[in-house]
Amino acid sequence: MITLNHYLIVSAILFATGTAGVFLRRNVITMLLSIEIMLNAANLALVAFGRYYGRVDGQIVVFFVVTVAAAEAAVGLALVISLFRHRESLDPDAFTRLRW
Amino acid sequence: MLFFYALAAAAVVTSLLVIGQRNPMHSVMLLIASFGALAGLYVLLDAPFVAVIQIIIYTGAILVLFLFVVMLLNAPREDVPEDAARRLRLHGPRRVGAVLAAVLAVELGWAVWATFRAGAAPAFEQGEGVAQAVSSVRRIGQVLFTEYAFAFEVTSLLIIVAMIGAVILAKRRTDG
Amino acid sequence: MRAGARFPPTGGSCTTDSRVTVPISDVSITVLVQLGLVFFVFVMLLLSAAAMVYAERKLAAAFQQRYGPNRVGPRGLLQPFADVLKLIFKEALRPAGADRVLFIIAPIISAACAFAAFAVIPFGAETTLFGLLAEPIKLQVADVNVAILVIFAIASMSVYGIVLAGWASNSKYSLLGALRSASQMISYEISYGLALAAVLILAGSLSVAEIVDAQAGYWWGFLPRWFVFLQPLGFLIYMTAGVAETNRAPFDFPEAEQELVAGYHTEYSSTAFMMFFLAEYINMVTVSAVATSLFLGGWNGPFLPPWLGWIWFLLKVSVLLFIYIWMRWTLPRYRYDQLMHFGWKILLPAAVVNLIVAAAMVVYLGA
Repeated sequence: MITLNHYLIVSAILFATGTAGVFLRRNVITMLLSIEIMLNAANLALVAFGRYYGRVDGQIVVFFVVTVAAAEAAVGLALVISLFRHRESLDPDAFTRLRW
Repeated sequence: MLFFYALAAAAVVTSLLVIGQRNPMHSVMLLIASFGALAGLYVLLDAPFVAVIQIIIYTGAILVLFLFVVMLLNAPREDVPEDAARRLRLHGPRRVGAVLAAVLAVELGWAVWATFRAGAAPAFEQGEGVAQAVSSVRRIGQVLFTEYAFAFEVTSLLIIVAMIGAVILAKRRTDG
Repeated sequence: MRAGARFPPTGGSCTTDSRVTVPISDVSITVLVQLGLVFFVFVMLLLSAAAMVYAERKLAAAFQQRYGPNRVGPRGLLQPFADVLKLIFKEALRPAGADRVLFIIAPIISAACAFAAFAVIPFGAETTLFGLLAEPIKLQVADVNVAILVIFAIASMSVYGIVLAGWASNSKYSLLGALRSASQMISYEISYGLALAAVLILAGSLSVAEIVDAQAGYWWGFLPRWFVFLQPLGFLIYMTAGVAETNRAPFDFPEAEQELVAGYHTEYSSTAFMMFFLAEYINMVTVSAVATSLFLGGWNGPFLPPWLGWIWFLLKVSVLLFIYIWMRWTLPRYRYDQLMHFGWKILLPAAVVNLIVAAAMVVYLGA
C-alpha cells in the first residue's frame, strides 16, 4: 500500500541529492541542474499532498513552479554564458574577484 | 505497487548519478531520465496533466536549453584527481558542504519518519470520485482561472521579463 | 493502473472448448488484445514507412517525368526492401572521438519518439472483433484523457535525437546541422501547439478519441462536421508547423545536401542511418495521422459502416502524405533565416490570432 509518506521520502531524498549537488560540484551548469532537481523534489511533494487532500491546488502550484523554474533556468544560463565569455571557466571559484 | 518502487528507484538513482558525473552532457541526459521517472510518479498520483507538463516544459524545453548551453560552451570537464583515495578526500568548503548535505538528509528523513511513528500511515483517498476530480483537466482549468487568476497573469509578466533578460545577457557585446 | 488489478488473474472462467466464442477471463484477454494492438500498430507503421519510401521515389519520378525504380520486383514494389537490405549490410562506422553512448542513443531516441506518438491516435471505431470480445475495444493503443498533450510532449522529445546526433558525431557539419534543425523544431513547436489548442477549444476535450467522435455527423445533411471547415487557418498552420517539425521540404535546410553534406546524420551509416530515415518517415505519418484525427474527422466517413472506418482513416492519411511528397518535389527550399523569420513573425502571430478567433467563436456562437 503506497501511502503519502512514501512519496514524501522520495521527495526528501531528491531534495537532499540536489542540495548535495549544489554544495559539492565545482561546475556552474551542474549546480544549476542540482537546483532543478530540488525544484522537482518540491513539485513531487506538492502533487502528493494535493492528491492526499483530494484537491487540484497541488497541481496548480506545480504548474507555477515549473514556469518559474523555466524562467530561472533561462536567465541563469544566460548569466553562465556571459560569465564564461569573460573568464573562459565554469568553475565558480574563478569568479571570486569583483573586478570584471 | 511495483510501478511506484521502480519509478522512485529510477528517479533517485539517476539523480544521484547526475551529481556524480564529470561530463555535463551525461548529467543532462541522466536528468532527462530522472524527470521521465518523475512524470511516471505523477501519473501514479492521478495527475496526468502535470506529468505531461513536466515532459513538455522540463524535459522538452528547459533541458534542451541546458543541452544547447553545454554544447555551445563546449564545457570543459572538471579536473578530477587521479587516484580514488585523493578523490574521496574533500577539503575546505567541500567538506563543510558534504557535512551540511548529510545533515539535511538526516533531518528530512527524521521529519518524515516521525510522522510514520505518530499514527496510522496516511493513505490516499481511494474513492472513485476523488481520483476523477483531481485528474480532470477541466477542473484544473476552472480553479486556475478563477482562484489563481492573478498569479497566472503575473506569471506571464515573469516570462516576458525572463525572455528579455536572457536575450540581453547572452548577447555578444560588439561595442567593447 | 488501478490498485485492484491482479496479474496474473487469480480467478475468472476459462472456456474448455476453444471453438466456442465465449469471452474468457477478463484480464488476460485484455492484456493479450492490448499487446496485439501494440504489435499491429508497430508492424503497420513499419510497412507504412516502406510504402512511403516507394511512394516518394515513384512520385518524385512522376513529377520529374521519368520512371522511378522499376527493376526490383513488379513495378519496383520491392525497392524499399532492397534499400533496407543494403543499409543493413553496410559497414557501421563511428567517427573517432565520438561519444560512444550518445552516438548510439540518438537514433534510438528519434525512432522511439516517432513510434510512440502514434499510441494515442484512434484509427477505427470501437470494435468487438466480430463478437470475440465481451466488450468493445477502441482501436487505439492507449486512450489517455490528455492525449493531445502527449502528442505534443513526444514531439518535443524528438528534438533530443537530433541534437545528440549532431553533438555525438564530433563533426562540424553535424553540429551545425543539428543546432539549426533543433532550433527550427523548437520554434515551430509553438505554432504547432497553438494550432492544437484551437482544436481543443472547439472540441472541449483533450482526448483524441473524443475529438474524433465530435466530428461525426453532418451539417445540412451533406457537409461532414470536420474541424477543418471551422478552422481552415488552423489546419494550414498545423500542417505547416508539422512539415517544419519533421524537417521536410520546404523546411529541410538543415538536411540540405548542397549545404551541409547531410546535416546531423552525416556521420551515420548502416542501421543507425536507417533509424533516422525511418524516424523521419514515421514522423510524417504521425503528423498526417494527427491532422486527420483532429481536422479531417479521423475514421468518420460516408457510405461505410463504422467498423470499416479504418479505410477512411487510411485514405485521409494517404492524401496528406501525398501532399507532403508533392510539396517536397515542387517547392524550393527556404533559407535558414527566412525559415526562422517565417516561423516567428508570420506563423506564430497567425496561430495566436487563430486561437483567439476560435475562443471567441465558441463563447459567442456556442458552436
